Amino acid sequence: MTVHNRTSFLDRVAENLGRERRTEVKPPVYSVQPQDRVFQGATQDELIEMLEAQCRVIHTSFERTTQSGLADTLNKVLASFEGSKKVISAGGPRLDDFGVRGIYEELAEDDFDLRIWNDQEGDVAFAEQAGLGIVFSDITLAESGTVTLFNDSYNGRSISLLPETFIAIIPKSTLVPRMTQAARVIHEQEQKGNPVSSCVSFITGPSNSADIEMNLIVGVHGPVKATYILVDDL
Amino acid sequence: MGIRIGDKPYAERIQAGIENSFMRQAVSSAQGRFRTGRLKAAEELGDWEDWRTLGEEIRHHTMENLDYYLHQLSEQVEKRGGTVFFAETAEEANAYVKEVAKKKQARKVVKSKSMVTEEIGLNEALEQSGCEVVESDLGEWILQLDEDPPSHIVTPALHKNKEQIRETFANKKGYTKTDRPEELAAFAREQLRKDFLEADLGVTGCNFAVAESGAVTLVTNEGNARMVTSLPDTHIAVMGMERVVPTWEELEVVVSLLTRAAVGQKLTSYITALTGTRLDDETDGPEDFHLVIVDNGRSKILGTEFQSALHCIRCAACINACPVYRHVGGHSYGSIYPGPIGAVLTPLLDGYEDHKDLPYASTLCAACTEACPVKIPLHEHLIRHREIIVEREQMGAKSEEWMMKGFAKWASTPAAYKLSTKMARTAMKPWTKDEQIENGPGPLKGWTQSRDFPAPAKKNFREWYKQREKRRGEA
Repeated sequence: MTVHNRTSFLDRVAENLGRERRTEVKPPVYSVQPQDRVFQGATQDELIEMLEAQCRVIHTSFERTTQSGLADTLNKVLASFEGSKKVISAGGPRLDDFGVRGIYEELAEDDFDLRIWNDQEGDVAFAEQAGLGIVFSDITLAESGTVTLFNDSYNGRSISLLPETFIAIIPKSTLVPRMTQAARVIHEQEQKGNPVSSCVSFITGPSNSADIEMNLIVGVHGPVKATYILVDDL
Repeated sequence: MGIRIGDKPYAERIQAGIENSFMRQAVSSAQGRFRTGRLKAAEELGDWEDWRTLGEEIRHHTMENLDYYLHQLSEQVEKRGGTVFFAETAEEANAYVKEVAKKKQARKVVKSKSMVTEEIGLNEALEQSGCEVVESDLGEWILQLDEDPPSHIVTPALHKNKEQIRETFANKKGYTKTDRPEELAAFAREQLRKDFLEADLGVTGCNFAVAESGAVTLVTNEGNARMVTSLPDTHIAVMGMERVVPTWEELEVVVSLLTRAAVGQKLTSYITALTGTRLDDETDGPEDFHLVIVDNGRSKILGTEFQSALHCIRCAACINACPVYRHVGGHSYGSIYPGPIGAVLTPLLDGYEDHKDLPYASTLCAACTEACPVKIPLHEHLIRHREIIVEREQMGAKSEEWMMKGFAKWASTPAAYKLSTKMARTAMKPWTKDEQIENGPGPLKGWTQSRDFPAPAKKNFREWYKQREKRRGEA
């Protein structure tokens, strides 16, 4: 926890800029703000339509359900899965808010080996063996089809990364037009003195690559498949 | 490796590029796809020119206040348990990373794609100190197995085809399956997964660092950068000193510009913002985090007419638009930064001496400037480089200097001009065939090596005009 060589380095920067070191800079005012106009005034339902359309672009299955229908939808999605029966899920208060804990208990009777991320030795190794990883979206970006995760002790980075299939439960209330709104939330929290999580993951569908002859390959190091389950919580 | 690649002279590199027909076809089809993607993404977004203006203003403001924002960034990283090392040179940066590796007794290092670590030659430095270094980006892994330098800053193995890749995997890793891209990628997934889990140290670059919170942001598609920053106990991020933004609000804008301009994606699969070390109650992520901020010649560009070259967000849109890159490919530039931005940046970072030909690898058509999402006037920088090379540095081809001086004198003397236009046809006679010069002498040689030059006309314009007027008078 040290900073090395800062003074000489930054003195040189200031000198080349032809001035003294600056210790204060007023927040800039930019001449245009096109980012605010994207999907301006769209309703939550219109945002859902955009999200669903974008899911087709990003090779992601899209399911829509209500809070009471979530158990059936999750069962359906898991039943269609052919790989390892190990499932790793994010924990936290939303497990209970959405009644997911109960759903998991039933699944466990159904041959699924289910583990809730609980900040313990063995979580990562389990996630590495798991076929499915389930998370809750914190902020969902309609434009790009992106799930934002504030990774923390309930929601390890590995859950959305190591298993072959990535499942995101998306509360309708988390939908915003685009990354602009998510960035603004983080910026405002920073200004209030609430530091951002150690890892913010903006995840858009399964992993992919175009490194071999520019062919799109879906599924490289991260998940190979992705499913979003939108839950009407409003 | 450093910024320079290969040791062949410019003319030979260009020739090799032009003769590599697979590479040229791959590049031209890739350029087409990249270009369509970029234009479509810009159109879908709407107000693209406003976005570019905003991008330019953000980059300009940040560069003008770079000392302030780097100070803020380092404070925030330290507050979040990270260590910051400001490195003036490549050697200092490498020495620091080696020192951390030694302290951690690291044997295996996994890396995600990073141009700045290529620039400073970090892999070689780590290997010399006994570490095994594994590049985990699919394209970079292919190149590492093949000991080949990157030819594009976004898709580094663009110059290779799938048959070549299959062969490389077979020879180096015992791969036995087909050359289907999906099978090749699945093999890489399986092989590299072990490396991620075993590695002691993860090294990444940094697309943008956010000064207000200390976040290092990585813009990726494959998921390897997330592996590199989630699994090993130590994470070292290396960043060029210009790659900072003031707040999350600016981050969002430059990321939106980058993903659209680079590959036409609204966002890439993973935008990952990492701040300091993992917290006490977290299980994955590094317990030790280091940020290395590299100058390596960048500060010399500040305050000069080339300052906006530091605005670059490494999207490669200029490379994808360049007709010269299309024909000669990335390796011809002799720098890890190819294309128009490479031709601007490389002489600034590494001196004119070894790169004086690069500003001439351009038709000055300005397609690069038009494509740039942060409005860097690339072709104007190239013209300025040429002026500097010819006038001040005196390193331009001597014949050009001589010719330009001669031309000025000759063209400003009416009698000399008149005489020589009359004599040109006679003088060029030995090289003329069917009104074309196919293998011209002296300064014409460069031109006629790859195309013909029309022979001087029998009559010059003034003679022709005089005769025409005369004919008109007679009619």
